[in-house]
Amino acid sequence: MTDLPKSTGKKLGLVIDLDICVGCHACAVNCKEWNTSGHMAPLTDLLPYGEEPSGVWFNRIHSFEVVDENSGDSRTVHFPKSCLHCDDAPCVTVCPTGASYKREEDGIVLVNADTCIGCKLCSWACPYGAREYDEDAGVMKKCTLCVDKIYNENLPPESRVPACVSTCPVAARHFGDLGDPNSDVSRLVEARGGYALMPEQDCAPVNRYLPPRPRKNGSDDEMIRAPRMLEYKDTSDDGAGLLARWVDRILSS
Amino acid sequence: MIGNPFETVKEDADLTPDVADEVKTTTCYMCACRCGIRVYLKDGTVRYIEGNPDHPVNKGVLCAKGSAGIMNHYSPARLTKPLLRVGERGSGEFKEIEWDEALGLATEWLGEVRARDPRKLAFFTGRDQSQSLTGWWAAQFGTPNFAAHGGFCSVNMAAAGLYTIGGAFWEFGEPDWDLTKYFMLFGVAEDHDSNPIKMGLGRMRTRGGTKFVSINPCQTGYSAIADEWVGIRPGTDGLFVFALIHELLRAEKVDFGYLARYTNAGWLVIDNPGGADDGLFARDDNGQPLAYDLTTNGVVPANSLSIAPALAGERTLPDGRKARPSFEILAKRYLAKDYAPDTVADAIGIKAETIRRIAAELAEVAFSEEVVIDTPWTDWLGRKHDKFVGRPISMHGMRGISAHSNGFHTCRAIHLLQVLLGSVDVPGGWRYKAPFPKPIPPGPKPAGKTVQPNTPLNGMPIGNPTGPEDLIVDGDGNPLRIDKAYSWEHPIAAHGLMHMVIHNAWAADPYPVDVLMMYMANMGWNSAMNVPGTIRYLTDRDEDGGYKIPKIIYSDAFYSEMVPFADLILPDTTYLERWDCISLLDRPISSAHGPADAIRQPVSEPDRDVRAFQEVLIDLGARLRLPGMTNADGGPKYPGGYPDYIVNHERMPGIGPLAGWRGNGEQFGTGTPNPDQLARYIENGCFWQDHFPDDAQYMKPFNPAYLAYAKRMGWIPNEEPIVYQLYSETLQKFRLAARGHGGVQPPAEHRERIETYFDPLPIWYMPFEEAAVDTNTYPLHAITQRPMHMYHSWGSQNAWLRQITSHNRLFINSATAKNLGIADDDWVWVISHAGRVKGQARLMEGTNKHTVWTWNAIGKRKGSWGLDKDAPEMKRGFLLNHIISELLPEREGGYRYSNSDPVTGQAAWYDLRVRIEKCLPHEIGETEPAYPEVASPPGVAAHPAPEILRFGEMIKGEPTGRAPATHLEWIGNRHEYALSIDGMPDGHGNRTEENAGGKDDTKETRA
Repeated sequence: MTDLPKSTGKKLGLVIDLDICVGCHACAVNCKEWNTSGHMAPLTDLLPYGEEPSGVWFNRIHSFEVVDENSGDSRTVHFPKSCLHCDDAPCVTVCPTGASYKREEDGIVLVNADTCIGCKLCSWACPYGAREYDEDAGVMKKCTLCVDKIYNENLPPESRVPACVSTCPVAARHFGDLGDPNSDVSRLVEARGGYALMPEQDCAPVNRYLPPRPRKNGSDDEMIRAPRMLEYKDTSDDGAGLLARWVDRILSS
Repeated sequence: MIGNPFETVKEDADLTPDVADEVKTTTCYMCACRCGIRVYLKDGTVRYIEGNPDHPVNKGVLCAKGSAGIMNHYSPARLTKPLLRVGERGSGEFKEIEWDEALGLATEWLGEVRARDPRKLAFFTGRDQSQSLTGWWAAQFGTPNFAAHGGFCSVNMAAAGLYTIGGAFWEFGEPDWDLTKYFMLFGVAEDHDSNPIKMGLGRMRTRGGTKFVSINPCQTGYSAIADEWVGIRPGTDGLFVFALIHELLRAEKVDFGYLARYTNAGWLVIDNPGGADDGLFARDDNGQPLAYDLTTNGVVPANSLSIAPALAGERTLPDGRKARPSFEILAKRYLAKDYAPDTVADAIGIKAETIRRIAAELAEVAFSEEVVIDTPWTDWLGRKHDKFVGRPISMHGMRGISAHSNGFHTCRAIHLLQVLLGSVDVPGGWRYKAPFPKPIPPGPKPAGKTVQPNTPLNGMPIGNPTGPEDLIVDGDGNPLRIDKAYSWEHPIAAHGLMHMVIHNAWAADPYPVDVLMMYMANMGWNSAMNVPGTIRYLTDRDEDGGYKIPKIIYSDAFYSEMVPFADLILPDTTYLERWDCISLLDRPISSAHGPADAIRQPVSEPDRDVRAFQEVLIDLGARLRLPGMTNADGGPKYPGGYPDYIVNHERMPGIGPLAGWRGNGEQFGTGTPNPDQLARYIENGCFWQDHFPDDAQYMKPFNPAYLAYAKRMGWIPNEEPIVYQLYSETLQKFRLAARGHGGVQPPAEHRERIETYFDPLPIWYMPFEEAAVDTNTYPLHAITQRPMHMYHSWGSQNAWLRQITSHNRLFINSATAKNLGIADDDWVWVISHAGRVKGQARLMEGTNKHTVWTWNAIGKRKGSWGLDKDAPEMKRGFLLNHIISELLPEREGGYRYSNSDPVTGQAAWYDLRVRIEKCLPHEIGETEPAYPEVASPPGVAAHPAPEILRFGEMIKGEPTGRAPATHLEWIGNRHEYALSIDGMPDGHGNRTEENAGGKDDTKETRA
């Protein structure tokens, strides 16, 4: 019921590297601390010291253990997820009041707290589960891509970036204009084979994920950088031959 | 406000709000990493904390803990005023008192002890970052009974490194992240050190062409991004390393040149079984070690310029004694079949072919993928080198290795592997962080053998023994310290044994104490071994009805589980309300590139009647008239308190807590106190750093360019080279004492133990608990890991962090669990020889089949930490601490040794053996053991935790009306990507080199 812009000047978004994400939650918590006093303030917490603490988080880390059926090898995968600022955002078109909208200037999807009626249609419409309902305020909240930070000249340049990006200790998060094929982030996505999450949902998400690189774990011959075994210089199994060999040899040259 | 429903109301989002009245820099304390932070203050409230982009530790990043600092700062668990116990110990019943009364009482208690017998004060600090102050205070007081928490943290790691290579992992060294090609991470390391490891791993993997191997029974934490996970059985890492060494030696894939030049491999070891000199180095009249030179065929000083030392073969010394190079003894040991991959594979749970392949990979990277830096340098013998040659293999280990009773030797084994590969302090290897390397072992020695009333010790209570004569024992060889550190039970207890203090004080073994003073150590809960026992020791009474530990003073910022057990509480500030110095005299934050230190400045005024513990110590020092804290006229030497001390204290002439801006402000390292020093630090973002010259960056132990710098800074006593001690003569000296040689010998009952564990070369032995209990009854290992978003017990009071983890599960290998009939979320008993604890199971493939594990320090006691009594931390969180004994099972004669490493006294947390039993239906639902809820002190009770937290609502910034700036592109690891992606500008984040040099060196993208 709410229109999307026909096109946006830029497509600002995040690029998230699943190869190096260690699941430390730095992005999620730094996001929370910025945004709880930010555009959608507060990011309310219910029973924060109680039996079932819960709160509004724009960014959450999902961790899975993945087991390879053939080898039996397991891996832990950490998957940070926040709003993907879709081009065809169903959370916007479903909104009955126009509160959920996509900015024409840069493609950021925001919620206008003044006109949101808390009907939750947008959260039903979002296939990524990226919306966060603030029960206390009765308003739907979500990632703003730190819209009050990235353009804010009251901040030093290195702080004018989404909180989740500058804080990431492994530097697994990147930010820029994904609508510009020559932008740094677009180059990065191209080089790393970045992909869109669940494209079959036809939401045209802007954010991209970079896939894990192959692991050099010895299971694949091509990935091995050394012979499987060293060449022994002596066949004695207690080293006697080697020790005898070394007695008069200058080994240090 | 809903307008015409047929018309979209457009929001005019404010893009440039005023977000802060002021931004102040300081140093984080949400863990031990000590990152630089920028704190945004708005309307008197802390609005936002971000990493300081200019800071040498974190370069702008900040972890989850640091980002949640606001919630610690405003925690409802904060103490508000000094407290005096009024109820029974442990009840939590206190009355509030004024600081004057509190300090008066402390002065009275402490003054009486000092006048009678200073040893009767046991002063132990926990996660203390000011040990150079607290240790000095103890020395001034005159008690040897001081240590921080290192004895239950990672002293094995520290001592093994310091006694082998003059440095160690974490604070003493780091991988050369930008050049390393092969990184081996041993055990859990998610907490130490936090951000630099994450940053390094991210850069390493992004750069490419590297391999990261994680050796850990659990595939947690950083293992998620490792190339290869080696799911080893706990406590067997030493065997794994020996098998790698075995393979490398058999293939002669060790750096013989490096060994000959920079280690004691060629030093001759006297072969005289039964003699007092057996196993010591042959030395000339000047005490210089001797080697056999193959070019001149004679015995010469080992440091001769043109020597080609023999590394094997028995030689005859000029005086006729027989000797052989230490390398021969070393090689012979590890070439034995005992350490062949096929021999150890079953014990460690790793296939022999995997061990052989990893050895082959190490050899390949070390010797075929050298990293060369074309910087000429000169070594200590004047030999000129036109480049630094690096064997780009790096390693790191912490608690996973340390927290076993065989950890000292295992850690030494890892250093041995590093040195055999020639990968210490070379490009791409593992590098020292200033002020390391230090002489091996480093000075000074521990003080405290003699104690006099009202008299300072003649040195610092913590130090590094070089032989039996340095032990703190009486004439009969009995311990003189309350924790039995530096006794024959734990001779190289370089960080003390905090985990034994409460037990020993209760048992009056070796003697009782009158006052126990502790700081920031949750000894009533998750920092204790044997929580049920510790609670008993803290509350037990003697025949007269008095407590066996008569007086307990404790300082903490929060209502932790330890608080109810103290008699007098001195409430500390939060980290944002205090001064501190992160000193090179203490626990440095330097990098391999150069030294650094830092301060904390108060960015927020306390809204409570609390004082920083360091302020209190200096005040108490003056009240007690401790010489270092009192002027000749009896007045306080540091009337300005802690900042006054930070600036004006001199440990040696010209050397104080902070290295930067000394003297006239232009000097660093040494210089007279500078009254403007703190202002200069603040001006610079609260840190100081320097960069070593290019020719001093590597090979520091043998590099005069570095050694001269270090000498000038006061880090080392002279410019002598620091030769790696693969074979440890120091350990052999203790062993000789056990064989009946020398003036200081162990009592008979300890001789076999010293003989066994003071082997001069690394050994492996079964962890003590595993060896002592029936492994059929206790078939599993049980260990803990640290989640990256929690540190110590402080995480659970944090409204944000506890939403990530509020209770812990017992992780069990899926196959193991299925055999036991255990499914996800089942309640299980974890049973050790010492007790049982109940928790919920979680099945996991990535766990060693013989191992269960859980997150550390999540479980809480009801009533503590400002949490609801029904919080998941209380009902479903559990601690393994409940079932870890602080004592080993009885041995012959009834004596029970501490559950610790026999060399260093390191607490053997990870030796725990258990069995798992499914709970009966009526047992499920809540963890056990359960303890009664403690009462809240008045100040904590007066500020109940909110049910709804709307933090930020009131400090949301107002519009400034400024025009929005253009967005800036941010590429993480930009420098690494610039090397491989066409057109990617080099730089960092949104700073690019294209625009460097301008006022604003940030690249603005097209509008």
